[in-house]
Amino acid sequence: MIPLSAYVAVSGILFVTGIVGVLVRRNFIIVLMSIEIMLNAGNLNLVAFADHLQSLGGQVFALFVIAIAAGEAAVGLAIIIVVFRGKIATNVDQINLLKW
Amino acid sequence: MTSVFFVYFAVVSVVSAILTVALRNPVQCGIALLSLLGHIAGLFVLLHAEFLAAVQIIIYAGAILILYLFVLMMLNLKSEERYVHRRYAWYVVGMGALSIELMLMLLASNYAGVKGTATADAIEQVGNSTAIGILMFSDYLLPFEIVGVFLLGAIVGAIVLTKNPTRADLEREPS
Repeated sequence: MIPLSAYVAVSGILFVTGIVGVLVRRNFIIVLMSIEIMLNAGNLNLVAFADHLQSLGGQVFALFVIAIAAGEAAVGLAIIIVVFRGKIATNVDQINLLKW
Repeated sequence: MTSVFFVYFAVVSVVSAILTVALRNPVQCGIALLSLLGHIAGLFVLLHAEFLAAVQIIIYAGAILILYLFVLMMLNLKSEERYVHRRYAWYVVGMGALSIELMLMLLASNYAGVKGTATADAIEQVGNSTAIGILMFSDYLLPFEIVGVFLLGAIVGAIVLTKNPTRADLEREPS
């Protein structure tokens, strides 16, 4: 029997890896991939607690998170394509239109 | 036996997450992300969430990752020389310290809580996907509908963003 804290530890490590990826990488697509890593860590947490608390709500919510991740990926990649096609930037730190 | 599988899935998913963040070539990062998603699905199976494991493989690995790889191929991104922010690299140290602190707190907790009615045996009676379906279309009906509207918005947004303006559009609004 695996203790719940082991799953929570794996989820925490994955989440921190994702945050570091978002902060450190300069490539658009890798930043989006790091966000996917973070969403997966959250999903793992939800499912682990659903198993521990013997309630299916966590699994249903993980399904919703997967759907949100799909929408986020579609819109994020569309924005990336627009940015590349308009030759606005090639890296994340060059997009500063909304910065003041 | 379960713990052997758990250690395998956990170690490989952590390693492939680190590879996703650290590798230089974006396509290799995508392949590492694929490995991460597959092993997270394995962890879901260990947690008695078989339906979610299948959905993880079909939607994440089958749809989202292919979308990423398509965009990578379309944009023809090269692996670049300076691929990390040097200025932000110190955040990694702070993050590491903070996460070790959090991990010690989490490992010391005993996770008490009110147990629900959906034990593994009770779910086994009807099957995992049936149980999830019944719950999703009764208690979670409103979030389900909201997700549907959200996905419609995402489709429309993605199409509008990437559409090439036609000649008629350009004549209508001169810029």
